This record gives sequence, structure tokens and C-alpha cells, in this order.
Amino acid sequence: MNKAILASCAFLAFGMVSVQSQAQQAPASAPKQTTANTFNRLLQKPAEKNLEPAKDGIHDTENDSTFVLQPPKVAFDSLVKSEFGNYVDWVKSLRQEKIRPRTDRLGSDEEQMVMDLDIVREVRGTMPDVVFPHKAHTEWLQCSNCHPDIFVPQQGANRMNMSSILLGQKCGVCHGKVAFPVVTNTCRTCHSKPKPEGWKPSKSAASLENPWQ
Amino acid sequence: MKIKDFAKSVYLGLLGMLMVAALSISTAHAEYGDVVINNYADAAGMRPVVFPHWYHRIRFRCKVCHADLGFQLKAGGNNITMEKIIDGQFCGACHNGEIAWSIENCGMCHSGVPGTPTQIHGSTVQRLVAPSYKEMTKTK
Repeated sequence: MNKAILASCAFLAFGMVSVQSQAQQAPASAPKQTTANTFNRLLQKPAEKNLEPAKDGIHDTENDSTFVLQPPKVAFDSLVKSEFGNYVDWVKSLRQEKIRPRTDRLGSDEEQMVMDLDIVREVRGTMPDVVFPHKAHTEWLQCSNCHPDIFVPQQGANRMNMSSILLGQKCGVCHGKVAFPVVTNTCRTCHSKPKPEGWKPSKSAASLENPWQ
Repeated sequence: MKIKDFAKSVYLGLLGMLMVAALSISTAHAEYGDVVINNYADAAGMRPVVFPHWYHRIRFRCKVCHADLGFQLKAGGNNITMEKIIDGQFCGACHNGEIAWSIENCGMCHSGVPGTPTQIHGSTVQRLVAPSYKEMTKTK
């Protein structure tokens, strides 16, 4: 009798084990998924921040000197952080003296000529008006870097739009390349002055001449 | 039957290799603002130059190079040659063994992956373009 019970127990155990192993061997029964309908198909993966030269994809790993170059993360460790570009707030890092970039080649104590003058540019669309701070720019640059080649130093003489900036004209000569990039979380860095109270966007000709209105 | 299996494994292997190649091409995560300069390097059998903007802006204000030394604000826009550098122009104004290390360290600048075109890495224009369409992996 006992033998019979033992045998049936053993048989059951063997059955369970075999069922389990079958389940492990059969992932083919899982629902079929294609990659055609993945979420955010064209969205770029978030970039890995400040990779060392040997891993950044543009340095040749067969070049011995690649491994001598300083990894950016090491250099940025003590600087003020930001959410875009190099993930470094260069203007704040300079103002807080986390870095002391030379004002000339040899590093004499020549002082940088800083001009504190804000220029307000009215924006025709609904975005807040642009305030251009000369201060943050002259802390790094000289007048001749921008005037008169990129910007004519005269009010109303510089027509621009976001498309031209994105394609590397005007502000886009630096912004979007080395200075902070033109991405959605930087819009309000420039578009920072709210429209005056009661401001309304002007209506388009098509809207004004619409006979059905 | 066996030949068919062999062909299948070869096909799968090739597919795998292609996928690995496609992945390795799309994984450039260089630092924002890094400039690749390949005006003449490839043709001369040298690796293209990778200029780390970030390293230099920690040490110099923009105006030092872009006003005092005359660097144009355009990637590849300066037509820099080794002759000019030896004569003390462009990079050679500092990379002369006095302010910065001298030009014997070829590989320090000429460190790019051969064939990389002149560009500013991570620029908004580069990011504007939708990533290249990858072929969907086939499911059985």
C-alpha cells in the first residue's frame, strides 16, 4: 500500500517537473510582437552624458593618444551643472569663478571688457519677447566677434527667425553648436520678457479678409 | 536538408553582423561642441582632428581664439594646415611647446575615426534630422 502511494507521489512529482520544463522550453507560445509599433519610434535615445573619448564614438580607439585625452566628466566635476549641451552652465561657472579662462593667449591679467546692456527684441508671434544680455556675451567674447559681420549694430537691422537660427545663422552661429543649444528647455532663456498687458497677436491677412467671419 | 540549415545559419550570422555594424555606426556620443576637422587629413592618410571645445573654453575665453587668433566661427572654415601651425598660426599660436604641448604629439589632435566628415558634434542641426530608418527586425 505504502509502495503504491510512494509510486503515485513519484509519478506526480515527475509529471509536475516535466510540465515545468515544458513551460520553460516553450517561449514560442508568447504573443507575437513586431517592432513596427514601438513607442516613440523615431525619438532619439537620451544621450549618455560626457562620455570619455574612447567611448564617444568619434575618437579612434586604435590611436594610443585617445586614451591620454582627459575625459570631460573629470573636468566638469566641479563646475555648475545644467540640463543640456555639455551639461555645464558655463556662464554661472565663470561668474562663480569655478573656471578662470584667460583673456589672452599668454594669461596676463588683462581684464575682460564687459558691457552690461540688455537689448529687447519684440517678437511678432505669441512667444515672450527676447532679451539679449550683452553682459553674458561680453564676458566671453569681443565686440568684433559678432559686430558687424553677424549682427549689424543698429536697431531693426537684423531680421531673424527661429528657422534661420536653427540652421546656424545669427544666434545660431554659436547657439546650437557650442553655446547652449536650441532645444525646448532653453526657449525661455532668450524669450524671457512677457508681452505687455493687453497684447494680442496680430491677425493674418487670410483671417482679416475672410468673408465668412 | 543540412545544406538548407547551413545556409540559414550563414544568413542569420550575416544579419547579426549587419545589425551590430548598424548599431556601432549610430552610437556617436561625443561631447557637445567637439569639432571634427577633416579638410585634408583623410586625403593625407592621417586621422581627422577632433577639437575639444569644452577643454579649451575652461582655459580661454572665446575671444582669445575667435578674435585674437582669427579662428572663423565655422567648422572647417579656417583651412588649417600643418605648415600654418608650424609657422605659429591658428593652433600653433599656443601648441608650440611653451603655452601648450607641441605638435610632435600627432595623435593627440589627429585622433578621430578615419572618414568622419567635418562637423560640430551634437549641434542642433544634427539633432533636427530624424534618426536614419533602421530596418525592423523580423519575427518568426
